[in-house]
Amino acid sequence: MISKNEVKHIAKLARLELNGKELQKMEKELSLILDYVEKLKKVDVSKVDLKKGLYESKGITREDKEIPISIEDRLRIIDLAPEKKDNYLKTKKIL
Amino acid sequence: MDLTSFTIKQAHQGLVNKEFSALELAKAYLNKIEKKDKEISAFLTVCDKSALLQAQKVDEKIARGDSIHVLAGIPIAVKDVIVVKDVKATAGSKILENYIAPYNATCIKKLKEKGAVIIGKTNMDEFAMGSSTERSAFFPTKNPHDLTRVPGGSSGGSAAAVAANMSGYALGSDTCGSIRQPASFCGVVGFKPTYGAVSRYGLIAMASSLDHIGPFTKTVQDCRIVFDAIKGKDDLDSTSAELPENDFSDFKIKGMKIGIPKEYFAEGIDEGVEKIVKNAIKKYEDLGAKIQEVSLPYGTDHALATYYIIMSCEVSANLARYDGIKYGHFTKKAKDLFDFYLKTRGEGFGDEVKRRIMLGTYALSSGYYEAYYLRAQKIRTLIKQDFERVFKEVDVLMTPVAPTPAFKLGEKMTDPLSMYLADIYMAAVSLAGLPGISVPCGKVDNLPVGLQIIGKYFEDNKIIKIAEFLETRA
Repeated sequence: MISKNEVKHIAKLARLELNGKELQKMEKELSLILDYVEKLKKVDVSKVDLKKGLYESKGITREDKEIPISIEDRLRIIDLAPEKKDNYLKTKKIL
Repeated sequence: MDLTSFTIKQAHQGLVNKEFSALELAKAYLNKIEKKDKEISAFLTVCDKSALLQAQKVDEKIARGDSIHVLAGIPIAVKDVIVVKDVKATAGSKILENYIAPYNATCIKKLKEKGAVIIGKTNMDEFAMGSSTERSAFFPTKNPHDLTRVPGGSSGGSAAAVAANMSGYALGSDTCGSIRQPASFCGVVGFKPTYGAVSRYGLIAMASSLDHIGPFTKTVQDCRIVFDAIKGKDDLDSTSAELPENDFSDFKIKGMKIGIPKEYFAEGIDEGVEKIVKNAIKKYEDLGAKIQEVSLPYGTDHALATYYIIMSCEVSANLARYDGIKYGHFTKKAKDLFDFYLKTRGEGFGDEVKRRIMLGTYALSSGYYEAYYLRAQKIRTLIKQDFERVFKEVDVLMTPVAPTPAFKLGEKMTDPLSMYLADIYMAAVSLAGLPGISVPCGKVDNLPVGLQIIGKYFEDNKIIKIAEFLETRA
């Protein structure tokens, strides 16, 4: 189960604006899904060591260097931004 | 002669023998799309101009007497979650409605180098979240075998395009069955390779530890051709890997051990589906394979629940990038930056995407992380260990792909959980990252049913080889 206040809080964390109807629906549906996954709590996981097996990876690294990109590609990427100024992306002010 | 009914191999022979040109082949497919897609709605974008240009290039090569790759000139449809340079890539979402990709996915680059003709981008559930293609932000796709039914999902457009001969083959993505399940529903071959066998670079991310790219084809032989063309290690995807050199060409069915996980034939499976799948397995037995019942205790219900936690957590992180600043939809009504994020994302995402972002954010939030995410990761390890245990005894596993054939449009749209359950036989394989192929094995009331063959890590070629036996016997 999940409360309406929790749903509101999570929506804020997730940066999603939900209207009243959506909040209500979300409360109901998330509760149903959380009920469904409840069965996982009964599984004995005491012997599982996440440092072994699936996650026992040495890690894959690469040299930290810049990858050259053509001017055309650079402009094409900037061009995708909804708002820009002098080849910079524009956002609303933070402070 | 309907050129669009040819397999890749047949079409290639026709091109090489100059029975028809690549231009004629591309035009035949474009005509098919023009005629049939009005009722099926498999395509979001049709790349007619660039397809014809590319076909001409292949024809010039043939005219010069150059040798061509088997995929040269063969029209391919690409799920709209895989980026093709200068072509729209919406991922089935309003938030990317006008996004034109500035680069090629690695698999697309490889196919283009071989002369592939990209004929269009196919419909899908928004960000690949769904099992019916009804959650596309644009329109639902219909099943070519029955227009009142779904093609499956999320790669429903790609599966339907191949099934209706609107493309020679297609690419899809599979996070929890999104290639295998629509392949089963549409009666085509669908293959999810081992995790990492095909680079994910250029696949719009949903759940990175679970996302796979793979082919839809008319035959298993074609599946091998496409897989060979797109697989391999890629510096742009650090999780990618090279397959060991073994094509299992001399693999024999006689003496092979097939494991049948009993949990996959438990309650919930349609009687007709069960019968057809068991018949298909019987064909292998007739060829001398040994059948052995095995148990994957967490392989169905628990796997699906585990999948929903892990996938949602990864979704909430991956989809944080849609902020309306770099690309895609943005709100025009915001008063400050925080409000801009809220409204951009609130307006741009559909219901199912919002639901999963919410679930993932909840499961990762302070106080819940251990109970949900960490626990799910531990169960994922148990699921993987279960597979390792049974694979000590058997060569492959065989299961149904889905509990039912294609369901009716709208049937599962009001209850999210009932939609999730359509992928009950898909989740464990995805969580473990094992290769799985869906190969058509019969029909229930005219609706196709697929057999799932699951192999050991990087034994992709082995399950393809095994699937071929079923096809040649069918």
